[in-house]
Amino acid sequence: MHLEQVAGMEWLSPDVIRMVLKSERLVSSAKPGQFLNVRCGDSYRAYLRRPISICDVNRESGTADIVFQVRGAGTELLAGVKPGEFVDVMGPLGNPFKPVQPGGSMVVVGGGIGSFPLLLLLRTMPEVRRKALLGFRSHEAVVLEEAFASNSERLEIATDDGSHGQAGFATNLLERCLEQEKPDCVYVCGPLPMMKAAVGICMHHDVAVQVSMEQRMGCGVGACLVCACKTRDGEGFAYTHVCREGPVFDGREIVFD
Amino acid sequence: MSAEKTADLRVNVAGLRMKNPVIAASGTFGFGREYAEYFDLSLLGGISVKGLTLEPRMGNRPPRIAETPAGVLNSVGLQNPGVHRFIEREIPFLRQYDVAVIANASGSTVADYEAIVEILSDADVDCIELNLSCPNVRQGGMTFGSSACGITEVVTAVRKKCRKPLMVKLTPNVTDITEIARASEAAGADSLSLINTVLGMAIDIETRRPVLGNTVGGLSGPAVKPIALRMVWQVARAVAIPVVGMGGISSGSDAVAFMLAGASAVMIGTAGFVDPMVWPRTIGEITEYLDKHGFSGAGKLTGALELW
Ligand SMILES: Cc1cc2nc3c(=O)[nH]c(=O)nc-3n(C[C@H](O)[C@H](O)[C@H](O)COP(=O)(O)OP(=O)(O)OC[C@H]3O[C@@H](n4cnc5c(N)ncnc54)[C@H](O)[C@@H]3O)c2cc1C
Ligand SMILES: Cc1cc2nc3c(=O)[nH]c(=O)nc-3n(C[C@H](O)[C@H](O)[C@H](O)COP(=O)(O)O)c2cc1C
Ligand code: FES
Repeated sequence: MHLEQVAGMEWLSPDVIRMVLKSERLVSSAKPGQFLNVRCGDSYRAYLRRPISICDVNRESGTADIVFQVRGAGTELLAGVKPGEFVDVMGPLGNPFKPVQPGGSMVVVGGGIGSFPLLLLLRTMPEVRRKALLGFRSHEAVVLEEAFASNSERLEIATDDGSHGQAGFATNLLERCLEQEKPDCVYVCGPLPMMKAAVGICMHHDVAVQVSMEQRMGCGVGACLVCACKTRDGEGFAYTHVCREGPVFDGREIVFD
Repeated sequence: MSAEKTADLRVNVAGLRMKNPVIAASGTFGFGREYAEYFDLSLLGGISVKGLTLEPRMGNRPPRIAETPAGVLNSVGLQNPGVHRFIEREIPFLRQYDVAVIANASGSTVADYEAIVEILSDADVDCIELNLSCPNVRQGGMTFGSSACGITEVVTAVRKKCRKPLMVKLTPNVTDITEIARASEAAGADSLSLINTVLGMAIDIETRRPVLGNTVGGLSGPAVKPIALRMVWQVARAVAIPVVGMGGISSGSDAVAFMLAGASAVMIGTAGFVDPMVWPRTIGEITEYLDKHGFSGAGKLTGALELW
């Protein structure tokens, strides 16, 4: 566990906030796809830690960002933390995304809050041709557009209601994209139905795909076995653990029911 | 200048000798590997490993955890690699450390329990903790642990095979825990541990489904502490064998309270999810309490409760 000082808090949309942590430790250790298990205060209102992905890292300022949506008690408490205060984090935890070779090409597909870990991934692979396909509910939910635009050669946005970018889902954008070109790898993070559809599309086009899974966690380090995710195991399936063996998996390994 | 005398933390729980009374609770600490990255496992008195079965078990469908006020519900369902893999792969790892190894064992039939205890009796473990109380496995431990005749049947059978100190873990999901405790003692248990999780449930009203994939699960953490403390107190008075207390312990003060109520040692589980340093920290806090109150040893705390 580490106490990290909060250097800034900034609302990016009515319910999504960026927490900037002043931490050389995180700057030098965080890899894209990894997460922090964050304690949201010491009240029993949010007893367990909350897993939140590392969204960005800035070497010049020595800061690491997490970006999260206020959902329930834990994220609400966390959003109330003031700059200058400290938060108790465990991590970076979990396995990072596997990179594409320099000179190759990649596509990231993010849905809503699932897009956040993909930003650090794009930033760490400047020598790869990068395309970002993001889906949000509506115009108000679109966040980090500029950051994604400046860390990719092409950014496309879809909203469910068509109020920003194209109408539809990020998976519609992926479908169209793969009809035109085959990247070396597609990286997906978002709601389960979206990830299921995206993996299906990638398999249909025979393109490698990595996904970042979500599951409710206890310890966050692999000791309690609560964060189970169904994965292929020979003819059958097994339960592997998102915090330790994930959160990033080869998309083909996941059994989406 | 003479150094302040520090209390003797050693405890002996019916043949299970430990350098201090703090044990990591089964199912919350894996086989120790993960937390070895956070602190030296040799600091602990003991580690009760993830519940073992004869064959590997896959566990229940997710979600397997729900946060509830001051606690958690879990429905892991005894996912484990099986007793043989434990012996091959995990005991050698654990033996790198100076810490008592407690094998937590489960089964679905009396024959299962006999077989696993026989295997573990030949393995390099310091104690066998019989889990007769896991609420998650259909027709599993629950049926044995929740009735006195069930307990008598399993413990009597297992006792004949067991060549290690035998600790029987009790479920709180019974009407009178002292009856179950006495039955365990009479059937040959060397010690008792309690409490396992309290059967509970959480519902997501938006999806109108149970939060847990298994519908029901076991409650642990600070929410259960008063219940656990009361049960430890009742059981410690009802039997002559040592009792290991657990349920919501998050600090040295909590641990001391359980020992005053009659526990010879304590286990800590859920609190470690929030603060992985809770295990070593609790040992330090117990020592401070003993020194401050002039107790020469941890054993002196056991049952030192002053009643009104
Ligand atoms: C590896 C990983 C990375 C994540 N990264 C981000 C991120 O970068 N930004 C972001 O906004 N969200 C992220 N999430 C989701 C985030 O963990 C949940 O939104 C958050 O835990 C909700 O907590 P709460 O107290 O606000 O909600 P509540 O619903 O009150 O939480 C109750 C309990 O359920 C758990 N829980 C609820 N929803 C989720 C969920 N989707 N995933 C896991 N646990 C959940 C909580 O941790 C808590 O234990 C991530 C989840 C995982 C597993
Ligand atoms: C995730 C989880 C898994 C558990 N698995 C086991 C198990 O395999 N065997 C067992 O005897 N108890 C198991 N328990 C119960 C604990 O060992 C302990 O009895 C209970 O959690 C109360 O202590 P606590 O409040 O300190 O966690 C488990 C508890 C949790 C939270
Ligand atoms: S959260 Fe405990 S094993 Fe993943």
